[in-house]
Amino acid sequence: MTVRKNQAALTAEEKRRFVAALIELKRSGRYDTFVTTHNEFIMSDTDFGDRVGHRSPSFLPWHRRFLLEFEQALQSVDSSVTLPYWDWTADRTARSSLWAADFLGGTGRSRDNRVMDGPFAAGSGNWPIRVRVDGRGYLRRSLGANGGLTLPTRAEVDSVLAMPTYDTAPWNSSSDGFRNHLEGWRGVNLHNRVHVWVGGQMATGTSPNDPVFWLHHAFVDKLWAEWQALHPDSPYLPQGGTRNVVDLHDTMRPWNDVTPADMLDHTAFYTFDTAA
Amino acid sequence: MSSMSRRSALGATVGVFGGLALAGAAHASADRARDGRQDHLAHAGHDAMPESFDEVYQGRRIQGRPAQSGGHGGGSAHGGHHPAGYQVHVDGRELHVMRNADGTWISVVNHYETFANPRAVARAAVVELQGSALAPFPA
Repeated sequence: MTVRKNQAALTAEEKRRFVAALIELKRSGRYDTFVTTHNEFIMSDTDFGDRVGHRSPSFLPWHRRFLLEFEQALQSVDSSVTLPYWDWTADRTARSSLWAADFLGGTGRSRDNRVMDGPFAAGSGNWPIRVRVDGRGYLRRSLGANGGLTLPTRAEVDSVLAMPTYDTAPWNSSSDGFRNHLEGWRGVNLHNRVHVWVGGQMATGTSPNDPVFWLHHAFVDKLWAEWQALHPDSPYLPQGGTRNVVDLHDTMRPWNDVTPADMLDHTAFYTFDTAA
Repeated sequence: MSSMSRRSALGATVGVFGGLALAGAAHASADRARDGRQDHLAHAGHDAMPESFDEVYQGRRIQGRPAQSGGHGGGSAHGGHHPAGYQVHVDGRELHVMRNADGTWISVVNHYETFANPRAVARAAVVELQGSALAPFPA
């Protein structure tokens, strides 16, 4: 059974295997197909048109399915590997072990934000950035450098987890409710703010170019599970007949064979190292 | 949008423009940009497209204009409330931009951070690009 662990608790061997599996997916070309898919949805999900991956109720089940597919790809390389999560309320500085040279490497240098250490630094030769929005082919980050931005606190997370309604009309970036506050278009801003805090490719539509994308979204996914545990009687919304929006039993692109209802119970696929 | 979250959003906007000001943008432009955002909030539902612009910012030519028809651009490329999009170019290359329901804007290079108007999105992209050319727009 797959157990997703806090990245801070990984052993040196677990980190080594996770990194090696990432690099093998990159080498084989499979990694970049995930970047391409994400960017296609980023550019096509709009507030007043079809929206599936982002700015909509299916943000959470879509990313759960996306991460499952990615985790399965990692496990096809090394069956012992699972996706770790980054609790950015706890590991909130660039000095976290997450950013050490034996794991994801650190922030970028000031001149061009190029990551200079760790297995994903351009100098390693392992991590060319091919699916990109500009000419730069190297991984970039500017951890915490965007206008003194700080990562969300646990109190801010708890304020969002306390919201009893999953999502509300108009089911987009202007909605009230748990989903949009977690996504961050409204209110204290959780998920979006973390992308901006990391900077570099993580702030763009090709954010999965940075391996931290998966650890960030694994924690966002865990927060969905925590919210469900806090509000067992609150359903996924909307439940049917909503234009441009994925209802509970509608299939989601690009898979077309999976619905939000199929994604509600994460324990069918994995558990967490701590109670969700 | 609650008054609390609107203040938060405007605070974030001020922060963004603070960064741009350090990078050489004029405060007056930031003030105009905030005014533009207020207009969008005040006229939610009317959704008039922002005006065109054309300037050199930090050595890069940035241009914006309402799109004549369909295609990629701000608002929705799939119909809905925004039949007409908005196109932004940096040195002649198209920057994918999108309008949010509250009238703010994002681009593909600053996708998780909202800006008051397309000009602010274009300026933020210039800062982010650090002289690099935009990649050709995906087909």
